Amino acid sequence: MNTMRCLVFGSLGAASALFGLAGCERPPVETLQGGYRGLAMEQVINPRLDALKAAKNRLPAVIAPAPADGPAAASVYQNVQVLKDLNVAQFTRVMLAMTQWVAPPDQSCNYCHGSNMATDDRYTKVVSRRMLQMVRHINSDWKSHVANTGVTCYTCHRGNAVPQNVWFTNPGESSDTGLIAGNAGQNKPSPGVGLTSLPYDPFTRFLLGDANIRIISNDALPSGNRSSIKQAEGTYALMLHMSQSLGVNCTYCHNSRSFAVWDASTPKRTTAWYGIRLTRDLNTNYLAPLKSTFPEHRLGILGDTAKVNCATCHQGVFKPLYGESMAKDYPELQGEMHHAEAPGSAAPAASPPTASLLGPR
Amino acid sequence: MAEYQNIFTRVQVHAPAYPGVALPRGPWGRQGKGSFSHLLGRFGDAQIGPIYLGTTGLLSLICGFVAFEIIGLNMFASVHWNPLQFIRQLPWLALEPPAPSNGLHFPRLQDGGWWLMAGFFLTSSVLLWWLRMYRRARALGMGTHVAWAFLSAIWLMLVLGIIRPVLMGSFGEAVPFGIFPHLDWTAAFSIRYGNLFYNPFHCLSIAFLYGSTLLFAMHGGTILAVSRLGGDRELEQIVDRGTAAERAALFWRWTMGFNATMESIHRWAWWFAVLCPLVGGIGILLTGTVVDNWYLWAVKHHVAPMYPHVFPPVVDPATLTGTP
Repeated sequence: MNTMRCLVFGSLGAASALFGLAGCERPPVETLQGGYRGLAMEQVINPRLDALKAAKNRLPAVIAPAPADGPAAASVYQNVQVLKDLNVAQFTRVMLAMTQWVAPPDQSCNYCHGSNMATDDRYTKVVSRRMLQMVRHINSDWKSHVANTGVTCYTCHRGNAVPQNVWFTNPGESSDTGLIAGNAGQNKPSPGVGLTSLPYDPFTRFLLGDANIRIISNDALPSGNRSSIKQAEGTYALMLHMSQSLGVNCTYCHNSRSFAVWDASTPKRTTAWYGIRLTRDLNTNYLAPLKSTFPEHRLGILGDTAKVNCATCHQGVFKPLYGESMAKDYPELQGEMHHAEAPGSAAPAASPPTASLLGPR
Repeated sequence: MAEYQNIFTRVQVHAPAYPGVALPRGPWGRQGKGSFSHLLGRFGDAQIGPIYLGTTGLLSLICGFVAFEIIGLNMFASVHWNPLQFIRQLPWLALEPPAPSNGLHFPRLQDGGWWLMAGFFLTSSVLLWWLRMYRRARALGMGTHVAWAFLSAIWLMLVLGIIRPVLMGSFGEAVPFGIFPHLDWTAAFSIRYGNLFYNPFHCLSIAFLYGSTLLFAMHGGTILAVSRLGGDRELEQIVDRGTAAERAALFWRWTMGFNATMESIHRWAWWFAVLCPLVGGIGILLTGTVVDNWYLWAVKHHVAPMYPHVFPPVVDPATLTGTP
């Protein structure tokens, strides 16, 4: 009888461990209060996992600054289209940086350049040129999201030729399924939306298209808002993606008593709002148009280019690289040099990662 | 003496299987002669059967099976009939209702028609099972309390699955059949309608839900505690109060100043259980039809308290000029 009892309780225990705890992470778990007391405006953090994350988000060594004088790169090299404002030393520094941050080590300069450095015969060079324009565009025109911290190639690439977190439109199953019910673009365990059963591609509609994210009414009583629950699931999927990408809870930006109301939200919601517009801008104006430049093996199922979402830069951290400004050391990437800010004006050096989690942006 | 302070039933009375009171004349009889299971006897009555299937029971099982197959086979097909993936992804798989754009039309099978069929057969199955419960209670000369309590749960299911979607003018408002999908749907429903926690009927439903568990624990605990004094003979003690009933009553008067009686506790329990889905269903029915944002409704009626601001004022960037 005892053996049977053990078996019964043993299997019950195993079953609950499998189904009940599969989604849990091993302690320690700590909470940081971020709002008025009693409102659960908290961030749940796990110091053990945060330490692992911090190790992956260290800045690479700064490449020695280039002297400000010297002949213009465009007058020495041929076919310089974007970095015309740089001198030769600055230009070379950017090339070196891209080699370290982006190009596969075994290919180095050859990843983009052939024997004639000036020609555009490699697609990687044409893409890099557009990406340089993109970085300058972000640093000069999107301070609403990146502030003075700015971005560099490394923010997304981290030593990879293709950033690890990119997305392609996911058309799901073929629509020709005969009499079998379709899945309405959801109900697959998808890491992009936190392994929920929510729509697995919220990116195409929200971060490439500009579908309406706001589904909650601004009036207590019905006043013509016909947003469906399925639309709400789409918004929910996007928000889960943001939560996952930043490694934060909903309450980082929202007061969960009302996700919609702005005056109950934290200032970080504003930064995130600009972030959504930033990804739309980059996907629409910089990445999608590169479709004919990329070879087929770099394209998605529908022949679309790799695109960015929140995870592309953030990579699981509330601020990419814990908010440590790398761009301040690379004035060449800040925008046209005569517009560039003095290197010293960027954000102060970061304090320990979690200490700044709830601090000002 | 029998021991009652144990999670298992320690008393198993052995007697010849009892076939039940004589049935009124009808086409169905009871099946089987009855057998005994010691293990089940630890949780309930050791006697298994005879059972009564009946016309409604048989039809209910058939309808339930059809619904189960429609849902299950569509899920199985969605993983390309791969049994391993079916098991692995089962919690995520679902049969989705028609798209919201479909309104109240009957769509093609693959566009939500299967969902409507599954819903029809599931509803039929549940309603037939309700009828069976009602008629079995009548056949035994019992009251029909259990059937009406069951109907309360059916009400909530029908509000979610058909009544509210019809009022909203779209089958797409209804719940998908699936484990995680119906949970994610529930969260999305609350998000869409501005936080269901501010829906007073949702509040009531939660109060009755938690209240039910509290009453269950209080009543079960009380009766087990006075069983050694004959308290488990609850029906006799209703009209012929013995020392068990007196002590149980005194215990609660001492600890909280008030007590239910041997009879009224069962009415409390029945009403708490019945009201949980009953008011919950009312709350769902009002959502989207009468109230569109429960948080703002609660603010308007001074239900939601206001808290001090701890952040600098945050304004909607979409209302500013010059923003992207």
